[in-house]
Amino acid sequence: MTNIKTDREPLFRIVKRDNIARGKAWGIRIGAVVIAILIGAVVSAILGGGSAFGTFFSGLFEGVFGTPRRILNLFQNTAILLCIALAVAPAFKMRFWNIGAEGQVLMGCLGSVVVIQYLGGQIDNFWLIIVMFLASVAFSVVWAVIPAIFKAKWRTNETLFTLMMNYVAMQLVAICIFAWVPSGSGVLGTLADGRFPLIGGQRYILNIILVAVAAVALFLYFRFSKHGYEISVVGESENTAKYVGINVKKVIIRTMVLSGVLCGLAGLLLVGGTNYSVAVDSVDNRGFTAILVAWLGKFSPPAMAFTSWLYVFIDQGAKNVATLMGMGEAFPDIITGIFFFFVIGCEFFINYKVKFRPRKKKAENPVEEVAS
Amino acid sequence: MKKKILALVLVLALVASVAIGLAACNDNGDQLVFGLICLHDENSTYDKNFIDAAREAAKAKNAKLIIRTGIPESAACYDAAVDLVDQGCDVIFADSFGHETYILQAAEEFPEVQFSHATGTHAHTEGLDNFHNAFASIYEGRYLAGVVAGYELNEMIESGKITADQAKMGYVGAYPYAEVVSGYTSFYLGAKSVCPSVTMEVRYTSSWYDETAEKNTATALIDNGCVLISQHADSSGAPTACEEKGVPNVTYNLAFPDNDTYLVGSRINWAPYFEYLIDCVANGTEVADDWTGHLSTGSVELLAYGAGVSDEVKAEVEKVKAKLLDGSLKVFDCSTFTVGGKMLTEYMADVHPDPDPKNPIPDTQVIKTENGVTYFAESADGFRSAPYFDVRIDGITEINEA
Repeated sequence: MTNIKTDREPLFRIVKRDNIARGKAWGIRIGAVVIAILIGAVVSAILGGGSAFGTFFSGLFEGVFGTPRRILNLFQNTAILLCIALAVAPAFKMRFWNIGAEGQVLMGCLGSVVVIQYLGGQIDNFWLIIVMFLASVAFSVVWAVIPAIFKAKWRTNETLFTLMMNYVAMQLVAICIFAWVPSGSGVLGTLADGRFPLIGGQRYILNIILVAVAAVALFLYFRFSKHGYEISVVGESENTAKYVGINVKKVIIRTMVLSGVLCGLAGLLLVGGTNYSVAVDSVDNRGFTAILVAWLGKFSPPAMAFTSWLYVFIDQGAKNVATLMGMGEAFPDIITGIFFFFVIGCEFFINYKVKFRPRKKKAENPVEEVAS
Repeated sequence: MKKKILALVLVLALVASVAIGLAACNDNGDQLVFGLICLHDENSTYDKNFIDAAREAAKAKNAKLIIRTGIPESAACYDAAVDLVDQGCDVIFADSFGHETYILQAAEEFPEVQFSHATGTHAHTEGLDNFHNAFASIYEGRYLAGVVAGYELNEMIESGKITADQAKMGYVGAYPYAEVVSGYTSFYLGAKSVCPSVTMEVRYTSSWYDETAEKNTATALIDNGCVLISQHADSSGAPTACEEKGVPNVTYNLAFPDNDTYLVGSRINWAPYFEYLIDCVANGTEVADDWTGHLSTGSVELLAYGAGVSDEVKAEVEKVKAKLLDGSLKVFDCSTFTVGGKMLTEYMADVHPDPDPKNPIPDTQVIKTENGVTYFAESADGFRSAPYFDVRIDGITEINEA
């Protein structure tokens, strides 16, 4: 039996790719998105009957582009997700596994709401928003820097630390709401002060503009500043960074401050420009989604803008499909899950090549061929 | 190359969307369109109760129904509401307490569309013509369910399973909020009306819907000596815990007839209100600011009985129900309970929310005397539909672990 096995060449082999043309890599990625959407349609057809296959496509696009307001929502949701993705990118670039964006943004939200609660109506709205921004940044930076200091000084595990900080932040928000709402309902409701001005009669426009500015700024920071270069070096190899005289501890803490500032901005946008309130689930898991989005965008702000957009597109479209077909709230999660599965999975085919066994050829010495 | 492909994909997406947008330009004709916004979906017993009623009402009134599930209590609720307006909805209803201020925001923007909201408190103070609240006197339903629970406890005492002092019930609450306090107090008073020695322990989950927390809380109550469990939280967590531990259970919103431990439950039937709402909008008549359903309107219902409930108990419950209907029995009759050892003779309740905390609207005296009975007037006409009974009465211990 064993003899037969050694005589045969396996059906396919996996070979590491050294270099792949950028065009080809993006071709594979777009192919993965298309396959994910097709599988999504097949899943809908299985769940909702044959006609659901067509409904999936029309519903997907209608849900995102069906009305001018849906298009605005697409860009608003993209902006918030991108803002959080921008916040996690610098840390991930230096291989600091910050999975605490959820809590850091939530603390940013809390900072803004604290300011509204105690200063609202007493000072001019413009200055109120400025103070909200400062408070949001301060709250988020504190939340981001605590794990960074522990990592830099005592080499604690930042993944667990930042994760746990999320839950502490949620409890803090719950306690604050409990203190502010005497009826005990656990719901703060919208606040009248500290709202962003409407631009052209529309909500959310200012959010989109601010995030676009932040994305450009972070792109320039990565590309052209010495700090950006230092982040890359620390990410590549801490030892190399030490040899060239980079103070690694300083870079870790400084980068987490930057991360905190961007989380604070996201918190401000959620309170001042979106919800006008805070709740335990204000960030709605986007702190985690943003990590995937940032990773898919290879931590490059323009690419992250595209991946955020793509995620929100699939999510918003799938929600509309769920409404049209009377599916539950888990349906959009299934579709975005399929999307992530294929898009992340396709990276395998970018890094590796699959070689099939040649058809008619009779391998005389397969071992040698593998070696070559 | 990368940019070209990207541009191409974007252009194709836009073209496809415009084509679909034009093709899908919806024409609803004369049919009225009813939009329902739900916090969760049919897996939540609370939301399922609204969805079932909306389907029933829409069918009865030949209205088109659009249901949006999984809408959080954030700007997403406002977005969902205005999107429903864009889809041609004539009337939009949201089911969760935290949706209220976002629905209010949409109502201010679209005065030609009617908005309504369950459990809310702002409609009668905001003064908008197109924003309304609704609830039902569910305390009557919980009282009846409590009567069934009381008979069950009596049976346990008679059979020697427990002593009269051990008749302790457990209650899984969501938040220490008036709606929950009103609910558990009425349930307790119902049980106490037939089993005078009963006590109750209440624990909170700090969430309206958290299956794990509800199950764990119910288990903790059982471990702490509770021999019967009820709940005001929206998943099947507590019924599951009772089934595992073999402890009788009184549910809310949804019957669990397959569970051996299931006794009975109560629910608000929203179909009468939805039909009223659709009729008002169709006929152009004014919708009540604050609508309260009752046993008499079919809005408050006892769920189907479990297999273990005897016919004698069912007959007794019918008698109590008749007394509630003719007004001779009041659930919050002040002579049936004490607060700090004393009878409640006056209570100023926060009936009107305070939009401006620095300039609060005065509280309201809610203790009334009618035909010689002094009672707490819950969800009463002229006050508001959402509960405001937040008195902690003797016999109930409240433990807040949050």
